[in-house]
Amino acid sequence: MNAQRGSIPLSIYFFGLIILLYLPIALLFLLSVNSSASLSFPIKQLTFDWYWKLFDAEAVLRSARNSLVVAFGSSFAATLLGTMVSILMLRYKFRGQNLLIALSVLPLIVPYVVLGVALLLLFSVLHVDRSLWTIGIAHTVVALPYTLLIIASRLAGFDSSIEEAAMDLGADYPTTLRRVVLPLIFPAMLSAWLTAFTVSFDEFALALFLSGTQPTFPVYLFSQLRFANRLPIMIALAVLLMLGTLILVFLAERIRRREA
Amino acid sequence: MLWLGLFFVLPVLLMAAFSFRPDMRGDFLQPWTPTLSQYTSVAAIGSYWRLLGISALTALGIGISAVVLAYPLAYFLALRAGPRAGFYLVLLLVPFWTSYLLRVMAWKILLGTEGVINSFLIYTGIIQEPLTALLYNRTAVILTLIYVWIPFAALPILAALQRIDPALFEAAADLGARPLRQFIRITLPLSLPGVFAAFFMVFIPTIGEYATPLLVGGTRGFLYGNIIQDFFTKAANWPLGSALSMIMLAATMILVVIATRLVDLRQLFE
Repeated sequence: MNAQRGSIPLSIYFFGLIILLYLPIALLFLLSVNSSASLSFPIKQLTFDWYWKLFDAEAVLRSARNSLVVAFGSSFAATLLGTMVSILMLRYKFRGQNLLIALSVLPLIVPYVVLGVALLLLFSVLHVDRSLWTIGIAHTVVALPYTLLIIASRLAGFDSSIEEAAMDLGADYPTTLRRVVLPLIFPAMLSAWLTAFTVSFDEFALALFLSGTQPTFPVYLFSQLRFANRLPIMIALAVLLMLGTLILVFLAERIRRREA
Repeated sequence: MLWLGLFFVLPVLLMAAFSFRPDMRGDFLQPWTPTLSQYTSVAAIGSYWRLLGISALTALGIGISAVVLAYPLAYFLALRAGPRAGFYLVLLLVPFWTSYLLRVMAWKILLGTEGVINSFLIYTGIIQEPLTALLYNRTAVILTLIYVWIPFAALPILAALQRIDPALFEAAADLGARPLRQFIRITLPLSLPGVFAAFFMVFIPTIGEYATPLLVGGTRGFLYGNIIQDFFTKAANWPLGSALSMIMLAATMILVVIATRLVDLRQLFE
């Protein structure tokens, strides 16, 4: 078939690049099972010591916990706001609507370093101490464009006459929302939440400016990068976290497929 | 709306106000007479402008490279991969879920003087002394960032390609268009919004990037984001930092406005 021409070079390119993308990650993994903290050839001895040491490294674990707290909080807030703005955007007409939409998407085009210092200024002026809250607020702002776009495209995808039908059958708007609209956009909300979660969990540029005494994992990691012998422990944790993310993504994908 | 006003518009306005402040003395909210002194001092120092230019060019190069390298990936996933495309997509995205800082560190481990490439070359006897030119320069920053962004750049292109009606390919083939001509006249133009979106999704974070230069760039690889970060942390000259941030914000906005004139990005979300 004509359309299949060029498939073989393309797939070679695809898998070649995939291998290149995985090489540095494989290297990191190798470092986390290497007996010495520096990776030089030939490799001497393989060990899982770093993973065991991880459980005694309290500061590392606490930073991971902080990241989880911030990511959960900000992704819930961003999904909630994204849902609200999507419904306002597509089901209502009001003054300032375009302004609201533009504002919600605008954080996408502001470099993080600019937003980070601007928020730092705001919190300093308001005399708000930097904490996990300030990081979470920043993450909600930058995750909102993603959640909004994901949910809005799903909401635009189904006919609003379904809602009208529900209202004609005597449901008031809150009931329609709860029984008709939310179930329909639930898969989109889930993938929006997941996107917001991953955006927040790995975010560094904003968090560095806005973290107080409690660092998130990327911020803590950054502060430890100077010490080469700390690196394998950090990688060990990152490997575990990545496995966790993978499981989460697969679960979400499962739910999404079943719903859709 | 209130939320965005409070945590997005207000800080940016505050930053704009701060950039007109003469110095850091006094309380934050103590009124000050607006002055352009921060901007004139920025304007007077050529190295800031040079660095802004370099950063913009670097981000441009990284954005274009990432898009060009990612396009065939997206094309393969959208039009050639068949039923396993979903699995291949996950395969492509896994690196992106690995800690960003650690992926940057991986390159430091690869390129360092005691790093993998050097120790391998010494081990095999190709070189005697480690190569120092690999790390701590702008090339290292560029390489690392292209690597980091490729999977991400593929996503908007993939979305645009999936939107193309397959009937168009059949029609083109029926009318006798060869594959290359088909690609140039149909596939490429229809995927352009995705290409532009991908470019900006790489370009904007890159132009403000400061972490990667700190890790693999060294002082020779510094970008504009690094001076902003310096003025807000070490140097503690917030008004000057604010002025520098405003300049960057303005530059980014101008580029985005130009881009939206060229291509209607809204097509992507309809």
